[in-house]
Parts: sequence; structure tokens; C-alpha cells
Amino acid sequence: MTSPIALLPEPQLRPLLDAYEAEIRSRRWHTLLVVACIVVAVVLSSLSAEVSLGKLIDNIHRFPSYIIRLFQLENGQPVWTDVGEWFWGLPRWLRLLGETLLMAYVGTLLGALGAVGLCFFAAANVAPNRWLRIVVRRLCELCRTVPELVFALMFVIAFGLGPLAGVLAVAIHTVGALGKLFAEVVENIDMKPVEGITAAGSSWPVAMRFGALPQTLSNFVSYGLLRFEINVRATAVMGFVGAGGIGQDLIEAIRKFYYSDVSAILVLIVITVSVIDTLTSYVRHRLIGLQEKH
Amino acid sequence: MPARFPVDLDAVRGRHPQHFQRFDRSRQIAAGAAIAAFALLVFAMGELGFFDGKLIAGLGRLAEIAGLMLPPDPKDWAHVRLFSVALLETVAISLLGTLAAAVLGLPLAFLAARNITAQRVIRFLSRRSLDTIRSVDILVWALIWVNVVGLGPFAGALAIMTGDIGTFGKLFSEAIEAADRKPVEGIVSTGGGKLLGVRFGIIPEVFPVLVSQVLYLFESNTRSASIIGIVGAGGIGLYLAEAIRTLELQQTSFIIAMILVTVAVIDYVSSQLRFAVIGRRGGLV
Repeated sequence: MTSPIALLPEPQLRPLLDAYEAEIRSRRWHTLLVVACIVVAVVLSSLSAEVSLGKLIDNIHRFPSYIIRLFQLENGQPVWTDVGEWFWGLPRWLRLLGETLLMAYVGTLLGALGAVGLCFFAAANVAPNRWLRIVVRRLCELCRTVPELVFALMFVIAFGLGPLAGVLAVAIHTVGALGKLFAEVVENIDMKPVEGITAAGSSWPVAMRFGALPQTLSNFVSYGLLRFEINVRATAVMGFVGAGGIGQDLIEAIRKFYYSDVSAILVLIVITVSVIDTLTSYVRHRLIGLQEKH
Repeated sequence: MPARFPVDLDAVRGRHPQHFQRFDRSRQIAAGAAIAAFALLVFAMGELGFFDGKLIAGLGRLAEIAGLMLPPDPKDWAHVRLFSVALLETVAISLLGTLAAAVLGLPLAFLAARNITAQRVIRFLSRRSLDTIRSVDILVWALIWVNVVGLGPFAGALAIMTGDIGTFGKLFSEAIEAADRKPVEGIVSTGGGKLLGVRFGIIPEVFPVLVSQVLYLFESNTRSASIIGIVGAGGIGLYLAEAIRTLELQQTSFIIAMILVTVAVIDYVSSQLRFAVIGRRGGLV
């Protein structure tokens, strides 16, 4: 049976095949080089991070047993046999959880308001002054690169222990993160309304208010909700450094080995976070739907 | 003077009342929502102690602290060496944690992806467990791992790994779900099995996306790794927390500056690598 595919004659085919093989070979070398780089990096970092597989294998059985222990009461029974005993501190934890949510809310809203104020100065298409724009951008970068907990540690010194320090830390971080996102939103607007308003003789703030803001508002709200979700997680650990919220009780329970308390608080946090996730994603989808209708 | 058309304004108003209202319905709803949000803000600020006078007093102290932080000064070279080693450890923790999480997260992502896993129960369970892992903060994982393998950077790397499995699982499964079905169908139609379909149909397509997500998370993990030292899981965070607590403010600002430079360098390198990966694939395909 003859092949239905017409093959090129050998002298024509040979150089093509050689070129193909050379290409494949160079790609293989390339891949090998990348893999070698990764392996070297992993070995070096393992030395630096004191990785010891022996220690891990010797102790790994403690991880599941620790998790299982978390779900046992003091008398050795599983927690769900006595839910009242498991959640004995429910009123106090709910109050702290409420405080955590309020912290996240205030931090997000104050941060978002700050970001709305800054973003028009940081967007390349509407910024009134080039140097001001660079300064504002660097400021936002600084605010979002320094971790929230570091701000919280410093604010605890300045404002004393309590939720105030945590809220301000979250707010500052939010200004940095949202300032960048909002500026990108503003850079993507349609410039015609702004030009029209400016041409009619109004000042820069008025042009921003009536030309730029209406186009960006729904995106701002959507990003703000996304940030709220992230900030709920962040405020839940602010208590680790004494900056308010449920983290204080959580770290105390972990450090003092109150196992069932740890699992109870973690369960509460997980439920809260997933409820908030669902709610914000519902609102965001509604918002996006509204935007597409217009 | 321009001619005036005789318009029966009252009749128009009667036909389209909504256009003659200064505040129409959607505007009223928006205003209501804004007022409610503001009221909640004021209530919450009162509840959290914004109006106790602590804020004003604290702002003065904060300005004082900020003044004392300048200029950044590590004190002596021994400290610079100490901080540099700790910073390298931080980067190492982040790298190991991210790579390990990517390796472990990939199979979970396949289990959670709608176009790979047909069984609804498995998919639901894997999604829920990924969500649960994700909603526990890395600091909590660090505390748990410190209980298992002891204090030190190893616990930190394991914590970053655990926390990131959830994130990678979610991001990867979304990438896999967005992949084109046709290559897989082609492979299956020529007699390849399901596994071959995944290996040659899906992996080549999603690989650049996965690499860019790994690089992105590596950068953000370096930030997380710089604070897990606060709970004793290695890296620069221990020195940072110590410097803040003992009010060595010039050292504090020096450490923060070192972290900022490191994150900026990693940001630059990873974005270059990301372009290289995506560009190379884009050129071939």
C-alpha cells in the first residue's frame, strides 16, 4: 500500500529535518538549563531555611494529630459531642468577631476614600502635575509594600493597645493597594467628557467630579468590596500584635494550648470569611451586571 | 432672539414624570446607601475608640516616632550582616514555600476544575477544602507548624506552602477551566487516554499562566515571609518586631528599607521572567 502523503525527496527533506531537530535540541537544552537553575535555587534556599527532611518525617505525624487534637475537648471526646462546651465563649467571641468586622469596614472605607482622593493625582491621563504624580505613586507603593502588621506594631506604640492601631494600619495599606488600582481605572476612562467639561471653562476639580468620577464609580465600589474581603482576613490576625479584633484570643488560645478554643475560633473565622466572600461576590456581580446594562 | 416653540410643558411632564425629578429613584437609592454607609462608619468609629481623644494624642506621638526613624541607621556592620542573612532566609522561605505549594496545588486544582473532574462530590469537597485553607491566615499556619517542627525558618516555609496551596488551587483551577477544549478532543479522538489529554492538551496551554501566577505569588509571599518572624517562624520579621518593640527606630527604618529594596528587586526580576515566559510561548504558538 502506498502512502497517501507525498513525501519530499531526500535531498530537500534532510536540511528541514536537521533544522527541526536542532530546534528541538535547543529547546530541550533551554528547559534543562531552567530546571537546573531552579534546582540550584531550591538547594541554596533549603540550606538557608534550615530545611531538614529528617525532622519533617520525624515530626510529620504531629501535624494530623495536632489537627485532630484541636477538635477534642479537654476530656478527650470529639468536640461535636458537646457543642455547648466547645463554643463556651461564644458571646465574647462573637463580640470580638463583630469588632473585627467593624475594623475591616472602617479600615476599608477610610482607605478607599483616601485612595479616591489620591488616584486622580496618580493617573497619567488626568494628573495636573508630573512631579506630583510621581510622588503620589511612590507614596502608594510605600503604603502597600510595608506589611500591615508592621504598621500595626508601630501604631500600637503611638496609639496604645486596641483596635484603633489595627484600623489605621489596615487603612494605610488599603490606601496603597486601592490607590494603584483606582489610578489604573482612571487611566482607562473615556477622556471626552473630561475634555468637554474643561472646554466649557471649568476647573480641574470640577472636571474630575463630573467628567471622570461618574465613569469610574462602579469600578471603585467593586474593587473596594474585593479589598473589604481581603481586609477581613487581615484584621482577624491584627490581634497577634495587640491591635484589636479576634486575633488576640486566637493567639492566646494557640500559645496556651487551649485546643478546642483554637478550633472554635478558627471555625467562626472561616464561616465569617466565607459568608463575607459570598455576599461581596453577589454584590459585585450585580454591579457588573448594572454596568453592562448601561 | 430665537423663536420659541409652543411646548406644552405640563403635558410632557405628565407623560414622563421621571425625567422632571431632580432626584429620581436610582439616585435616591444611591443616596440612601451612602447615608447608611456613612452612619455605620461613624457608629463603628465611635465603637472602636476614634473619638476618645486617643487619636489626637497618638498622632502627635506618631509624628515624633516618624521623626526619630530618620535617618535609617543599622548602628554597625555586624547588624547589617545579621539583617542581610535574615533577609536571604526570608527570600529562601518564600521561594521554597511557593514552589512546594505550586507542586502540591496543581493536582488539587485538577480535582477542583469543572472540565477535568466530572464527579460533583469530589469537586465540591476539593473546592471547599481549598477555600477553608485559604481563609486561615499564613500567620496561623505558621503558629501551627511551629508546634510541629519547632521554631525556625523551616516552619515558616511550611506555613507559606500550606497557605498557598489554597490560593494556587483556586487560581490554577480557574486557569484550567478557561483552557480550550479542542486540543484535548483532538488527542482523545486519535486514541489518547484521559491522562495523555491532560498532559499534551491542557498542560502546554495553561503552563505560561501557571508560571506567571507562581512568580506573582512569589513576590507577594516575600512580603508575608518578612512578617512571619513575628511568631517565631524565621526570617527578618523577628529582628523587625524586636527593633520596633525596643524602640530602636533607626534600625527599624533601615530594616524596612532593606525589605522594600528586596521586594522591588524581586518584583523587577519576576516581571522580566514573566515576560520572557509568556513571550517565548507566544512566539512559538
